[in-house]
Amino acid sequence: MWIQIILILAIVAIGFIFMRRSGSDRHLAIQRLLLGAFILVAVLSVLFPGWLSWLARLVGVGRGTDLLLYAFVIVFAAFVVTQRRRAVAQDAKITQLARRIALLEASMDPGPAVVSDSSDEDQSQAVIRHNEAEPSRSTSSNPG
Amino acid sequence: MEAVTSSAVPEPSPRSDDETWVVIPLYNEADVIGDVIRGLRESFRNVVCVDDGSTDGSASVASEAGALVVRHPINLGQGAALQTGIEYALSQPTCRYIVTFDADGQHRVEDALAMVDHAREDDLAIVFGSRFLDDRTRPGWMKRVMLKTVVVVTNLTTGTRLTDAHNGLRVIRRDAAEKVHLRQDRMAHATEIVLQLNRTGLPWAEHPVELLYTDYSKAKGQSMLNSVNILVDLLVN
Repeated sequence: MWIQIILILAIVAIGFIFMRRSGSDRHLAIQRLLLGAFILVAVLSVLFPGWLSWLARLVGVGRGTDLLLYAFVIVFAAFVVTQRRRAVAQDAKITQLARRIALLEASMDPGPAVVSDSSDEDQSQAVIRHNEAEPSRSTSSNPG
Repeated sequence: MEAVTSSAVPEPSPRSDDETWVVIPLYNEADVIGDVIRGLRESFRNVVCVDDGSTDGSASVASEAGALVVRHPINLGQGAALQTGIEYALSQPTCRYIVTFDADGQHRVEDALAMVDHAREDDLAIVFGSRFLDDRTRPGWMKRVMLKTVVVVTNLTTGTRLTDAHNGLRVIRRDAAEKVHLRQDRMAHATEIVLQLNRTGLPWAEHPVELLYTDYSKAKGQSMLNSVNILVDLLVN
């Protein structure tokens, strides 16, 4: 049956896309072409509902709705695959970023006194705020 | 390769040497990490703990015990912590050897010292600790089967012939450590590091070590399910 061949081809294609290294303008172009095709098919099936059933019977599926279901499963699998790949790439970036932060922090304050740092910072900030407050008070008291 | 002759000169191995950095990936081991570090500090001056986003105060325990703590702002996994520790040690100009050591108290400081000596004396770039070279360590049969399976798969995928895998105790010389770039954040890094070290083509050896299977480490140890993850990670990647 045609539908089996089509579905298997689609599954294998998704598998290949998953294996391939991601990302370029070509990838985006393919995405846009697929989206365009989707819009066209969607509009056509709204205008000519019988067309989908005709296509379904052509590839060996009983009803148009069944064909939609199969297509949906394929598209969803592709979605899962691309999302997972994106997540893996993002994880790698986050790891690099966090490592850079960790190494930077470690290079800034050597020595085992790591814990007491935050309280020192609060104190220095308080001092700055205190210094800023004083001159403003003196200027406001001058005219009065 | 000229370093062979110079470092082969048998110097009296200094018990508290500056050129060795101990790297410990640390994640929620507040109960034991203090003792582990104090034990190490008797023999090693430089102990770096990479705190992988612990939530139990492990980082402050470690720094109070005398370790230098590098903190991941978020939890990334043991492989990521190991890589951070290696990069930190390499940023120290005096660093010549890196010892990787587990935070849970399974490893013996004496073994680490002997392994550094072994690397110095035989001019080795890498010394892997192995619990299967002698019969001091007696894991249960389930654990033994699991470990041996991972060993076989590791050897198949990396082309090495190790007797132990996923042993956290290793000595890595600077030139070898510079070629380590761990990308597996989770447990499969233990195989990834073997693979990358093997690719350096630098001389390596295994050294018999004893693993202390305390109740604590047994409770914390890898479950059988996790070994499924490790195997799948190995086969897919």
